[in-house]
Amino acid sequence: MSKLLEVSGLNAYYGNTQALFGIDFSLEEGSVTAILGANGAGKTTTLRALCQITRTTGSIKLDGQELAGKSTERIVRLGVGHVPDGRGTFTGLTTEENLRLGAITRRDRAEVSLDLERMYARFPRLKERRHQQAGTLSGGEQQMLAISRALMLRPRLLLLDEPSFGLAPLIVVEIYRILREINEQDKVSMLLVEQNASIALDLAHEAYLLETGRVAVSGPSETIKGDETIRRSYLGY
Amino acid sequence: MEGFIHQVVSGLATGSIYAAVGLALVMIYQSTHHLNFAQGEMAMFSTFIAWALLEKGWPYWAAFFVTIAASFILGFVVQRLFLRPVEKAPVLTNVIVFIGLLVIFNSVAGWIFDYTIKPFQSPFPKDAWFSTRFFSAHEVGSMSVTFCVLLALYVFFRFTPVGLAMRAAAQNPDSARLVGIRVSMMLAVGWGLAAAIGSVAGMMIAPVVFLDPNMMSGILLYGFAAALLGGIDNPWGAVIGGLIVGVLENLLGAYVIGTELKLSVALVMIVGVLTLKPSGLFGKVVVTRV
Repeated sequence: MSKLLEVSGLNAYYGNTQALFGIDFSLEEGSVTAILGANGAGKTTTLRALCQITRTTGSIKLDGQELAGKSTERIVRLGVGHVPDGRGTFTGLTTEENLRLGAITRRDRAEVSLDLERMYARFPRLKERRHQQAGTLSGGEQQMLAISRALMLRPRLLLLDEPSFGLAPLIVVEIYRILREINEQDKVSMLLVEQNASIALDLAHEAYLLETGRVAVSGPSETIKGDETIRRSYLGY
Repeated sequence: MEGFIHQVVSGLATGSIYAAVGLALVMIYQSTHHLNFAQGEMAMFSTFIAWALLEKGWPYWAAFFVTIAASFILGFVVQRLFLRPVEKAPVLTNVIVFIGLLVIFNSVAGWIFDYTIKPFQSPFPKDAWFSTRFFSAHEVGSMSVTFCVLLALYVFFRFTPVGLAMRAAAQNPDSARLVGIRVSMMLAVGWGLAAAIGSVAGMMIAPVVFLDPNMMSGILLYGFAAALLGGIDNPWGAVIGGLIVGVLENLLGAYVIGTELKLSVALVMIVGVLTLKPSGLFGKVVVTRV
């Protein structure tokens, strides 16, 4: 398998404060990589750095193409979909408008309409609420909306920022079932940031543990899951 | 009674122009949370462009549409050149830029076209079939033109991808970037559209107030009153606010305070709305947890 994403020596800064210190990681085409860690470890910052929302140094290569220095909009147009922290719902617009915005950079209108129907087939709740203001959707529905909005781009790489955040356990299970389906059926590569380590490790093929802006441990999820010491000291379960 | 009805309908006619100015203000406010004080002067400048084309012998409607297009470009370029560098700057910096633009447009217009008051032609002949006992032809005509503009805007924002992208960029710029929208570009398009709407307002009011570089100063004040009364973040509110301001101004001018003090109506309304109901009639009440 070939590397879809290769990050090396990535530093990120908020103003003068450095938040990431020379992070290296990679992601194989079609796979799921999880980035785990405690609050403030730099998980969300890593995703923001990939999209160039924060100031960075170092190299970020998507399929060989350097992303560092490009604008966020440009990176999205290269096929990086983002399910942001806090879901990024356009609360005043309807569910359907939110979905159409996901595909706003695409020119194949007929295909976009087909994709819209595919999303509705996968998330029937969104279809019921298609003309409703997205701000009135429940947390779980908004998370589904955020995922499907990002999928409307037909991304090569999907960045997910804590899809389990603030949701009831049953809904979390449902969302992860759907994410697995999307990865296995549609072959969408994913970079997943999560606090809920156990559920993320079940989905991911590889995992990186961040500690105060540095990679502390990395390896296949199976290994990390099986290692009692890592689990106790970093993952707390 | 007939006099009263006439005051109301002519109030609606000028009100529709205030509505257009108010709408231009709301459009920029929605995406940047700034009030463009130069909106009126930009509209005045556009009207001079139309006047220059008409002086060259262009047919009215050709001059009209070319002026709208030129104003769009003017607004777009002004945003790129003068507002983009201060996009992230504090509000006061932006206000200074707006005031600078106001003075510049006013002086440049005076410099190029001089300060003498000029008549501006109405495209609607005095004896047109749609003029009635209550409405003059220009009143009916300018109202229809303004409503066509509003309808076109509604269709643009509601049904086109660019319109959708602009609404998204105004509402949630961070999220808009993450779906690939060029937010800064959308702001420039918004400025272009606002300038285009303003140009229509200018061309429609110029036959009534005559054309000179200070033509829009009063109109802009009414536009502010319209936008504030309707709720500064609500386009429909600005339209209804404009109509209310137009009618009130006429009635108060005719029956209560006399025409000399008409402009103070706008001022009183602005202060009144801001003190009694800052969100306006249809605005969103913003509640922040502290």
